[in-house]
Amino acid sequence: MSKGKAPKFRRNRNPLTWLLRHAQMSLSSLGRLSRNPLSTLMTAAVIGIAIALPSGLHLMIDNVRNLAGGWEGASSISLFLEQSLDDSQAEQIRHTVSLRPEVAEARLITKDQAMDEFRALSGFGSALDLLDRNPLPAVVLVRPSAAASSAEATGRLARELEAYREIEMAQVDLQWVRRLDAITHTLERGVGVLAALLAAAVLLIVGNTIRLEIQNRHSEIEIVKLVGGTDAFIRRPFLYEGIWYGLIGAVIAIILVLLALFLMQGPVERLVGLYQTRFDLTLLTSGTFLAILFGSPLLGLAGAWLAVGRHLKRIIPE
Amino acid sequence: MIRFDNVAKRYPTGREGLAGVDLHLAPGEMAFLTGHSGAGKSTLLKLIGLLERATRGQVWVNSRNLNKLKHRDVPYHRREVGMIFQDHRLLHDRTVFDNVALPLVVAGMGHAEIQRRVRAALDKVSLLNKEKSPPISLSGGEQQRVGIARALVSKPPVLLADEPTGNLDPELSAEIMDLFVQFNQVGVTMLIATHDVALVNSLGKRIINLRDGRVESDTGASAA
Repeated sequence: MSKGKAPKFRRNRNPLTWLLRHAQMSLSSLGRLSRNPLSTLMTAAVIGIAIALPSGLHLMIDNVRNLAGGWEGASSISLFLEQSLDDSQAEQIRHTVSLRPEVAEARLITKDQAMDEFRALSGFGSALDLLDRNPLPAVVLVRPSAAASSAEATGRLARELEAYREIEMAQVDLQWVRRLDAITHTLERGVGVLAALLAAAVLLIVGNTIRLEIQNRHSEIEIVKLVGGTDAFIRRPFLYEGIWYGLIGAVIAIILVLLALFLMQGPVERLVGLYQTRFDLTLLTSGTFLAILFGSPLLGLAGAWLAVGRHLKRIIPE
Repeated sequence: MIRFDNVAKRYPTGREGLAGVDLHLAPGEMAFLTGHSGAGKSTLLKLIGLLERATRGQVWVNSRNLNKLKHRDVPYHRREVGMIFQDHRLLHDRTVFDNVALPLVVAGMGHAEIQRRVRAALDKVSLLNKEKSPPISLSGGEQQRVGIARALVSKPPVLLADEPTGNLDPELSAEIMDLFVQFNQVGVTMLIATHDVALVNSLGKRIINLRDGRVESDTGASAA
C-alpha cells in the first residue's frame, strides 16, 4: 500500500473561518500586548514621537504657507509718481490706472498727505519744517484684482505700469513673500527627508521588538511547529503585534501633535495679532490624519514582517 | 503505514544517526524501538515526524514519500503524526486545556468541536478534573499524560513516543504503556522508543532493536 497514490492533505479554505481566525488572532495579540502595558506603551510612544515629529513640522510649514498665501493675495504695488506732477495730474494717473482690468483698487496719496504721514510716523517733525519744499513724491497704491494677485501677475502688472511716463518707479512688496515661499519649500523637503529617516527608525524599532518577542516565545514556536502549525499561523500573531504597535503609535502621534498645536495657539495668535492679520492654525487635515492612522500600522506590519521573516526560519523543532 | 528503505541520516557534524535502515510498520501495528542511547532511536522517530530529513534512502509515511514532501506541506504531515516527548514539551504559561487544544487550534477547528475533543482526550488520560490547572502544578506522570492527550486529540493515524516513561517510576510507566496499548487497540499505529526493556518484554509486542544506526534484531518484521 505504501507506494499507492498519496492522499491529498486537507487544507482549510473556508474564507469565513479564515476571517474569523484573523479576527481572533488580532484580538489575542492585542491581549498579549495589554498584559505588559508599560513596555507596550513605551515602544508605542517611541513610534508615536517618531511619527509626531515630521507630522508636526509638516503641519507648521503648512500653516506658514497658508499665512504667506494670505499675504501674497493682499500684496500691493506702490507707484511713485514723477516729482513734477501736481495733484490733479496725479489724480488723473490714479484714474487711468484704476481703469485697468488687473487693478481692483488704486488709492492716491498726495505729496502733502505723504508728508503728513511721514511727519507723524518718523518723528522728524520739526526737522522737516526746515525743508523749503516737499521732497516726497505722490504715490498711488495699487491693489491687484483677485485674478492678478499671483506673484507673477503682480510682477507683470508692475512692469507695465512702470512704462508710463508719469510713473517714476513701481515697487512690488512681494520679494520677501517669495523668499518665504522658497524657505518653506526647502523646509518641506527637509521634513520629507526627516520623515523617511524616522519611518526607517519605526521599522527598526518594531522589527527589534518583534525579534525579542520571537526569542522570548522560542519554545512556544517550536511546540506549535511540532503539532503542525503552518508558517503563516506562526507568523500571524507577530504581524498583528506589529500592526497594533503602529496603530497605538499613530494615536499617540496624533495626540502629541494636537497637544503641540494647543500649546502654540496662544503665542501664535499674539504674533499674528502684531501683524494685524487674522489667522487660524489649521488642525491636522483629514489627509495627514489618515496618512498617520494608516501609514503607521503599515510601517509596524513591515517591521514585524522583516523580523519574522528572518528569525522564524531559524527555529527548527528538535 | 511507515516504511524505511535503506535510510541513512548523517548530521552536519559528521555523526551518523542511521546507517541504512529497512523497516515496515503495517497500519494499526504497535512496535517498540530499543537500543542504547545513540543507537539511532530518536533519529528514526525524527525522520518520521520530519524534524529531520534523511540523507539517503526513502521514508514513507501514510503512503507519502517524505523525501518529496514540500516545505509548506510539512505542517500538514505533522498533523497526521502525534508526537510524545520525554520532556513533555508543554507550554507552561497556558492551562492544561489550552495545551491539549493546541493542535486543534493550529488546524483551525471550531470552538465547540475543540471543547468536545479536548474533554474527550483529557478523559482518556484521566485528567478531566485538571483542565484549568497550569501544567507546572501537575506531577511528572500527569504532565506526561497531558502530552499524550495533546498528541492524540487530533486523532492522528500515527503516534510516536520518544522515551515517554524515561522520567517515571515503574508503576507510572506501566500506566502510560497501558494507555498506549489502548490507543493501539482502536487502530492507531504506534512506534515507541524506550530503553525500559523489562517493561517492553512484559507487553509481548514487536520489538525493533537498533545498534549503531542499524536494525540489529526485529521480533516481528511484517512482510514488506
